Amino acid sequence: MFRYIVRRLLQMVLTFFGATFVVYALMFAVADDPLQALVGERPLTDSQRLELTARYHLDDSLLQQYWYYVKGLLTGDLGTSLTGRRIGDMLADAWPVTIRLSLLAVLIAATIAILAGVISGIRRGSLFDNATLFLTLIVLAMPIVVLAPLAQLVFGIKLGWFPATANRDATLWQLLLPAAVLASLVVATELRVTRAAVAENLRADYVRTARAKGLTRSRVIGVHVLRNSLIPVITLIGVDIGALMSGAIVTEKVFNIPGVGFNLFRGIRTEDGPLVVGFVSVLVIVFLVVNLIVDLLYAALDPRIRYE
Amino acid sequence: MSDRLTEPAVVTGRPRSLAGDAWHDLRRSKVFWIASVLIVVVLLMAAWPSLFTSADPRDCVLSRQHHGPSGSAIFGYDFQGCDVYARTVYGARYSIIVGVCATLIAGVIGLAFGLAAGFLGGWLDAVLSRFIDVMLGVPFLLGAIVLAKRLSHDPQSNGVLAVTVTLGVLGWTTAARVMRSSVITAKNQDYVAAARMLGAGPGRLLFRHILPNAMTSYVVVLTILLGINIASEATLSFLGIGLKGDAISWGIQISEATGFVRVVAGPLLWPSLFLAATVLAFIMLGDAVRDAFDPKLR
Repeated sequence: MFRYIVRRLLQMVLTFFGATFVVYALMFAVADDPLQALVGERPLTDSQRLELTARYHLDDSLLQQYWYYVKGLLTGDLGTSLTGRRIGDMLADAWPVTIRLSLLAVLIAATIAILAGVISGIRRGSLFDNATLFLTLIVLAMPIVVLAPLAQLVFGIKLGWFPATANRDATLWQLLLPAAVLASLVVATELRVTRAAVAENLRADYVRTARAKGLTRSRVIGVHVLRNSLIPVITLIGVDIGALMSGAIVTEKVFNIPGVGFNLFRGIRTEDGPLVVGFVSVLVIVFLVVNLIVDLLYAALDPRIRYE
Repeated sequence: MSDRLTEPAVVTGRPRSLAGDAWHDLRRSKVFWIASVLIVVVLLMAAWPSLFTSADPRDCVLSRQHHGPSGSAIFGYDFQGCDVYARTVYGARYSIIVGVCATLIAGVIGLAFGLAAGFLGGWLDAVLSRFIDVMLGVPFLLGAIVLAKRLSHDPQSNGVLAVTVTLGVLGWTTAARVMRSSVITAKNQDYVAAARMLGAGPGRLLFRHILPNAMTSYVVVLTILLGINIASEATLSFLGIGLKGDAISWGIQISEATGFVRVVAGPLLWPSLFLAATVLAFIMLGDAVRDAFDPKLR
């Protein structure tokens, strides 16, 4: 176990530098005029040019520039956006609502996926099973740009069941509909994995033993099968965080939630290069850390897995 | 397909190939037919939009702003006073062009990486696999935002090239992994060992024996990727870093319509429906073909 953690951490360091380098290279290094790419389509005077060149160390080599960028990331100094606000402060303002939104989404997705997945897994081939499989296929194919505005239109405006937009201090009630939209991005895969795991575990020897001991059906399924079926679902959470981040950009824009995704969207629209790179870098780091935690959790949860 | 499955003795006549078996199954699959019909309609729309509408999508008159459905415009008019139906029909073209070209780019890169890693193996496999891990460390849309923003700094272009390159360059990782694992599986089969003993060189082994058997799952992955790419193009256009200028795109239509969703629903509803149906069709087709070609499910 110890060796696994060390190896995984070393791997994480490699991925961290690789992924941040990819982001950095995509943004600056390939640009024929990085300053123009930075400010977008607005004109740039000579004095601004000199100032920006000095600020972003553009006279140094690519690796040196990358080093400044990583140093900034690691010390939490993300620079300032073109609006003059510190990017670190903007992130600190935006995080809480995004975290609440994603947690709510993960919760909704997990509840539906596990409930429906277990029932489908037990009654394979039944009407319920076929209906859920078909529904997950449709949900899987729904792009978020379709789902978010349509959900807002149908449930927020036409039916009026939920608030159609959120305001500055979004309440849990206002976040419910956007969270359900986000949840639909990940619920289909989680459901299918749960279903497959339950169906497989039902045939396992230990389930037959449990039944032979005379345990009730609810205890066999609720404790023996479920606990073993949830292990593969947990690994999915790491991957899901990436999907949630991408989905949050569109969802927060549509429902007007002032979180990380909303700020990122505004940064893209206002051609605010430093803000986009800063936010994307931090999101990539969050993604990597969550995946690391999930991997370690996985190894701790399932004693059958030995990474030696 | 060069290999043939042994058929049960009750079947008389010529034995069917794997592809023949798959076609036999596919013909009876409802999902396959629904998906195929949808795809043919969308392809027709992309190639000859005037077959479906006689209206000009660029003929926009502000005085018709948000007029409801009528005989001349069955889906009504949008904020700019453009015919929603005409714009939706013409929107298919860029979706298909970007989707197909991006998938081809990703397919070629994935094929090269997957073949090299799977067939040559050794240290090259280790290096390429780590590289793919690093690429997967950046969530797709986040990488796409940075790259598309970087590529599309030319204000004159309509962004088609930038989006295509972005989706192609970032989307090959899963395809490469699938190719790598199916090449490794095929490489260890008996018939490959037999061909090698008969003196087949690496080129012949790869292209005559391994590749044809690894290709099916690869094509399935690419079909699904095509659907995902069309969705991603709409997402990037929605965010304002995809298609722009005078390009007609479902993503732009949806993005513009979300601002007026309290006023009128049509301009949002129809492009959403077309986009969702197109993406669904490609994913369903991939699903159906995979089911037909997977002998374990028979």
